[in-house]
Amino acid sequence: MAGRIQSILRVLKNLNKNKNFGGIILKKKHLLILFALLLSFVLVLSACGTADEDDSANPADDNTETEGTDETTNEGTEEQAEDTNFKVGMVTDTGGVDDKSFNQSAWEGLNAFGEANGLVEKENFDYVQSSSDADYSPNLNRLVQQDYNLIYGIGFLLMESVTKVAEQNPDTNFAIVDETIEGDNVVSIRFKEHQGSFLVGVAAAMKTKSKKVGFVGGVESELIKKFETGFEAGVKSVDPSIEVVAQYAESFGDATKGKAIAAGMYNSGADVIYHASGGTGNGVFNEAKDIKNADEDAYVWVIGVDRDQHEEGAIGDTNVTLTSMLKRVDVAVQNVTQQAYEGEFPGGETLEFGLEDDAIGIAETNEEAYTAEIDEKVQEFKQSILDGEIDVPSTDEELEAYLADL
Amino acid sequence: MLDILQTIIPIALFYSAPLILTALGGVFSERSGVVNIGLEGLMVMGAFVGIVFNLTFADVFGDATPWISILVAMVIGAIFSIIHAVASVTFRADQVVSGVAINFLALGLGVFLTKQWYGKGQTDMVSEPFYSTNIPFLSDIPIIGPIFFQKVYLTSYLAIIVAVIAWYVLYKTPFGLRLRSVGEHPMAADTNGINVYSMRYIAVIISGALGGLGGSVFALTIASNFSQSTIVGQGFMSLAAVIFGKWHPLGAMGAALFFGLAQSLSVISTSIPVLQEVPSIYLTIAPYVLTILALAGFIGRAEAPKANGQPYIKGSR
Repeated sequence: MAGRIQSILRVLKNLNKNKNFGGIILKKKHLLILFALLLSFVLVLSACGTADEDDSANPADDNTETEGTDETTNEGTEEQAEDTNFKVGMVTDTGGVDDKSFNQSAWEGLNAFGEANGLVEKENFDYVQSSSDADYSPNLNRLVQQDYNLIYGIGFLLMESVTKVAEQNPDTNFAIVDETIEGDNVVSIRFKEHQGSFLVGVAAAMKTKSKKVGFVGGVESELIKKFETGFEAGVKSVDPSIEVVAQYAESFGDATKGKAIAAGMYNSGADVIYHASGGTGNGVFNEAKDIKNADEDAYVWVIGVDRDQHEEGAIGDTNVTLTSMLKRVDVAVQNVTQQAYEGEFPGGETLEFGLEDDAIGIAETNEEAYTAEIDEKVQEFKQSILDGEIDVPSTDEELEAYLADL
Repeated sequence: MLDILQTIIPIALFYSAPLILTALGGVFSERSGVVNIGLEGLMVMGAFVGIVFNLTFADVFGDATPWISILVAMVIGAIFSIIHAVASVTFRADQVVSGVAINFLALGLGVFLTKQWYGKGQTDMVSEPFYSTNIPFLSDIPIIGPIFFQKVYLTSYLAIIVAVIAWYVLYKTPFGLRLRSVGEHPMAADTNGINVYSMRYIAVIISGALGGLGGSVFALTIASNFSQSTIVGQGFMSLAAVIFGKWHPLGAMGAALFFGLAQSLSVISTSIPVLQEVPSIYLTIAPYVLTILALAGFIGRAEAPKANGQPYIKGSR
C-alpha cells in the first residue's frame, strides 16, 4: 500500500513539473490535494469495504468460515491415514486468526484436529494471515508450494482466489467456508444458519412481553436473509400474533447505526432484538446496556450471533444477552480435515452443516434469563427440526409459504 | 409526533458529538494554515487510548473512569499530533502527505499494540462506558425537556459547549485573531511580531487534543471496544463538516448536527407511518443526498483560509 502511494506521489510530482499541459495550467497544490483526498477516500472506502465484508462474513461465517485443508498434490487422495506428512493450512481473511469470530473458530478447529491426531503445529497444520484482499492469492499459492495437502479459505471473501488457485493446482485439495465453488478438488462448507435462527426466534417469542421483537441485519443479502427468515419463522411458530420488525444497517461495521436502529426499535416497544450484523451489533448491545443502566428493571434483551456473545451483554451484575445463535466453524473444519486425513476428502461436494452435526446451536450461558421453560420449548422445536417435521424456511418465498401453513 | 422527535433528537445528538469535537480540531488547525487530513488518525488514537485506559483503570477510578479516559485520550492525541506539526511546520513537508501518514500510523499502531497487549485483534468491551442520563431540572421542562434533555449523553452537550468556547477563542480573543491571521497571511502576521511557527504548532496540538477527544467519545459512547474497524470514516466526515461549516466553529457544529439528524431520520423513518412505504434503499441514501443538496443549494461558496496548506518560510516573499 505504502509503495503504491509512493509511486502515485512520484507520478504526481512529475505531473507538477509540467504544469502546463494541454494548455491548462494546473496548480500543483490543488492537484496534490485533490489526489490525496481521493486517495484517502479510496483508502477509507476500502477499509470500510473490508470491514464490512469481514463483518458480514462474521455473522454468517462465524461458524462457517473456512477450512482449507488441502490434501495435497503429491499424495492426492492416496491413503493418508498414518501419514505424518499430512499438512493442512488455512488462509484467514482480513479479520485475522484472533478475530473472535469465524477465523478464530476455524483455527480452533484445526487445533482440535491436530490434538486429536497427535500432530504438530507449524509442521502439520498452520495458518497464514491476510492483511488485505490482495494477499489471498499469494497466501494460497504459498501454501500450495509448501506441499500442503489441504488448504482452507476462510470466508466468502476468498471465493475468487480459491476458485482460481484451485483450478491451477488440481492436485491440491481446497475448502472454502460460506461459499460454493465447483471443482473436484474443492469442498464447499456451508451452514444452516436458518435452523439456529429459528431456535433463537423460539426463545425470543417465549421471552417477549410486548409481543414485538426486532431483527437487525448487516447487509441485506441471501446469507443474512437466512437469519431473518429463520428467526421470523421461529417467532411465529410459537405465537403468530407476535410482531417481527426487521431492519438492515447496510453495513457490518457501523456500530453507530446499530445503536440508532436498536434505539428506534426499543422505543417503539420491541423488547428482544436478534442481530446478525457483525460489528454493527456492538451498537445494539451498547443501546440495550444503556437502557438497562438508566432503569435496572427495564425489560430489554439482545440475542447474539455466530458465537456466544454473553460477554458483550454484561452490565454490572446482570446481562442483556438472552442467548446466541452459535455457528461452529470449528466443528465443520475439524470434521472435513479429519475426513481428508483419513484419505476420504469429499472433493467436489457442498457440505451443509446444521443442527444434526452440532455445527449450529444455541447458547445457554445466561441461565437467569434463558429459563428452563424457554429451553424446554427450544428443545421441543429442535427435535422437530431434527425429525424433519419442520423444514425451516431460508428465503422470503419459503417463509411466506411456511407462515401460510401455520 | 412528540415521541418520534423524542427518538430522533437523542440519536442525532449522540451521533454528532464525536464529529463536532473532531471537526473543531480541524477548524483550529486549518484556520492556522495547516491542512489536517489526519483527523481520522487522531480519532483512531483517541479511541484506542480511551478504550485501553478505561479497560486498565476501571477498577481504580470507578464511575469517573470514562471522564478521565477522555482526558487522557486528549493528552495523547495532542502529543501524537506533534508529529504532524513537526513535519508540516518545521520541515515544511506537504501537509496532505503528512496527514495521510498520521492516518496510517495511528491505525497501524493501534491495531499492533492491541495485538501485543491483549493477544487478539480487538479489545474486550469496556465496563465503564458513558451512559445516557436525564439532565436534572432541564429534563422537567414540558415538551423541550423530553426531546432534548432526557436520555442524552452528557458528552453531546460537552461537544456543543466546546464549540461555543472554540468560537469565542477564535473570534473574540487576541489569541484567536493571531491564529487566524497566521492562516490568512503569515507574512503580514510575522511582520507584526506574531510567531507563525509557534502559533501553528499550538493550533495543530489543539486539533490533536480535540481529535483525540472526539475519538474517545465515539469509542466510549458507541463502539465500547477498539478494533481496526472502530473508526472508519468518522474523521473524514468531520473534515467534511469543517468545509461544510465554512471553517467556522459554529458552522462545523451545525454541519455535524445536520449529519446526525439526517442519519437519525433515515434510521427512524421505518417507524414513521408516512415514510414506511418508501423503499428502504432511498432512506439509506437520504443522508448523503441531503448533504449534497445542502452543500450545492444553501451553503454557498466555502472559502478556505488563504494560506491553508502552504508552509511558511520566514523571509520569503
